[in-house]
Amino acid sequence: MNLLELLSNLFLDYTLRTVALGSATLGIVSGALGTYAVLRKQSLLGDAISHAALPGIALAFLLTGSKAPLVLMLGAVAAGWVGTLLVMSILNTSRVKDDSALGLVLSVFFGFGLVLLTFIQRRPDATQAGLDKFLFGQAAALLERDVVTMAGLGTLALLTMLLFWKEFKLLSFDPEFGASLGYPIRLLDVLLTTLLVIAIVLGLQTVGVVLMSAMVVAPAAAARQWTDRLGLMVGLSAFFGALAGVSGAVISSTTTRLPTGPTIVLCISAIVLISLSGAPNRGLIWRWVRQRRNRRWLRVEAVLRDLYLLASQHADRDHGHSVAALRTMSYGRGGVAHTLGKLLRQGWVQQVGPDEWALTPAGMNEAERLVAKQEEAS
Amino acid sequence: MNNGKKAIEVTDLTVAYRDKPVLWDVDLDVPAGVLMAIVGPNGAGKTTLIKAILGLIRAAAGQVLIYGQPYLEQRRVVGYVPQRESVDWDFPTSVLDVVMMGRYGSLGWIRRPGRQEQTLALEALDKVGMRPFAERQISQLSGGQQQRVFLARALVQEAQVYFMDEPFQGVDATTERAIVRLLQDLRAAGKTVVVVHHDLQTVPEYFDWVTLLNVRRIASGPVDEVFTEQNLRLAYGGRVAFLSRDSRPDIGRSADPAAVGPMARHDLEPSAAPQESSE
Repeated sequence: MNLLELLSNLFLDYTLRTVALGSATLGIVSGALGTYAVLRKQSLLGDAISHAALPGIALAFLLTGSKAPLVLMLGAVAAGWVGTLLVMSILNTSRVKDDSALGLVLSVFFGFGLVLLTFIQRRPDATQAGLDKFLFGQAAALLERDVVTMAGLGTLALLTMLLFWKEFKLLSFDPEFGASLGYPIRLLDVLLTTLLVIAIVLGLQTVGVVLMSAMVVAPAAAARQWTDRLGLMVGLSAFFGALAGVSGAVISSTTTRLPTGPTIVLCISAIVLISLSGAPNRGLIWRWVRQRRNRRWLRVEAVLRDLYLLASQHADRDHGHSVAALRTMSYGRGGVAHTLGKLLRQGWVQQVGPDEWALTPAGMNEAERLVAKQEEAS
Repeated sequence: MNNGKKAIEVTDLTVAYRDKPVLWDVDLDVPAGVLMAIVGPNGAGKTTLIKAILGLIRAAAGQVLIYGQPYLEQRRVVGYVPQRESVDWDFPTSVLDVVMMGRYGSLGWIRRPGRQEQTLALEALDKVGMRPFAERQISQLSGGQQQRVFLARALVQEAQVYFMDEPFQGVDATTERAIVRLLQDLRAAGKTVVVVHHDLQTVPEYFDWVTLLNVRRIASGPVDEVFTEQNLRLAYGGRVAFLSRDSRPDIGRSADPAAVGPMARHDLEPSAAPQESSE
């Protein structure tokens, strides 16, 4: 299928359109709310919530016999919520550390969920088919009613986030100061976590419980690389989430037997990789270039200073000095000749003999400025 | 400086972590308009005292009054400067944004900060010499600059009583001078400031009121009455050496002739350095 065909199908083909809309919704909501989880250093919480949701889905089906998206999602929200509260109460009442508490809840709930799922699958009737898609996600199975439910819940979560923007920012940056202002920080924490639970549950059908936490953490981690503003970070994270969601879901639904969750996660991983390496300021490549430039400039400064020092000991300013002398002054560090070449091109030094270098008047000015600046700094 | 009104009244404040008392039966009376230092050894409960007064830590017992009213009713008149290390300075936000958080209390739910809040924040940044940094991302600040941003945030709270947790911790000399000047301005404006402090040397110079704490309240009152060798020894368990102020020209600016310049030296026995009278 070529690109043009894919694009036209995206708008015209019912299945593809449903899949794209659904995964865009999940990407936007989990990307936006995941920002807070990342900023509050609660990345693992997303993992615990998504795993904890599995028994909720199974129980909701067992109790109601219905596979309506709203019923299953409510079951997932309830179980995810119970799991989160359990983590919080373990932390408050025992000496267990938070990573252990998260791991404990995650594995117990997930194990229980698997047991229930196996039990459901062994039942003789055929209605149970399809619950196992919650493990790794199956975008192609998305129906319009699923997407409508997702969009409704997602809009609700995002509107709540925007409504309490100021409060959530305070909660994430400095909860103690927020408490001193009189805000019920504990309550805000529960509210924000509830929104996160909703965001995660929205994506379970498409991405699956095993990998859903990636959609919480990865878009935000990538977005942080590009911006220093919370608003922009939330927006960018939502965009990255949607981009990965749509591309992953479309790829997997146009190829048979390709589970959606892993495909989406590969897409978001690519975005993270590009962001980690290529983003200005924070990116690895950028940092490497800057370090190199700094190191070179430090070397230039050192040689300039050394020449200035030598010149100040001679009445004759044009008295030349050898590379060897300069090398000794810089503790035998290499690259003196190379640096002199750079200074020569800059017009700050001149060669006055076969191996004799001296500052030009311009170089003298530069060196004086440099020395003055250093004295001021110390 | 003491106009008779009590800014802070703490009675029988007790805080415990898992049955171990961190603060034991602490009483405090702080008159309005003083600069008070809380000093004491590590683990004495200095930060806990502030947090318990502010209701950030639940007290097992005790009562806190601010200007004669329970703290919960007086939140608007109380400002707080937490320890600088308590937040993540890599948070994606600007200096101006952080300072405006000081207005969130009077803004109330949902309402966003607007032009008025921005003006107040910029004025506060002016007072701490950080106006040019208003648009800066907070991760680009030095430790001293971070501290001044926190102070500016407290200033926009427009409080009557301030609690500051170790504002002098790890800051450069410029910032230390800026903070001292700010504290004096606050006192001149009739505010009451309580500062958790760790540098005993500067207590007589910077503060006029002091509380010595070591789980229990050892002493509390005007610096010239309370900041004595005996009390310090009680608070620090005898591991404090004193140097007379004559040998320390840098604290000569102290206005109080009775003040000594004590210095915590945990490796010296108290008898190793006899106290000289400066009178």
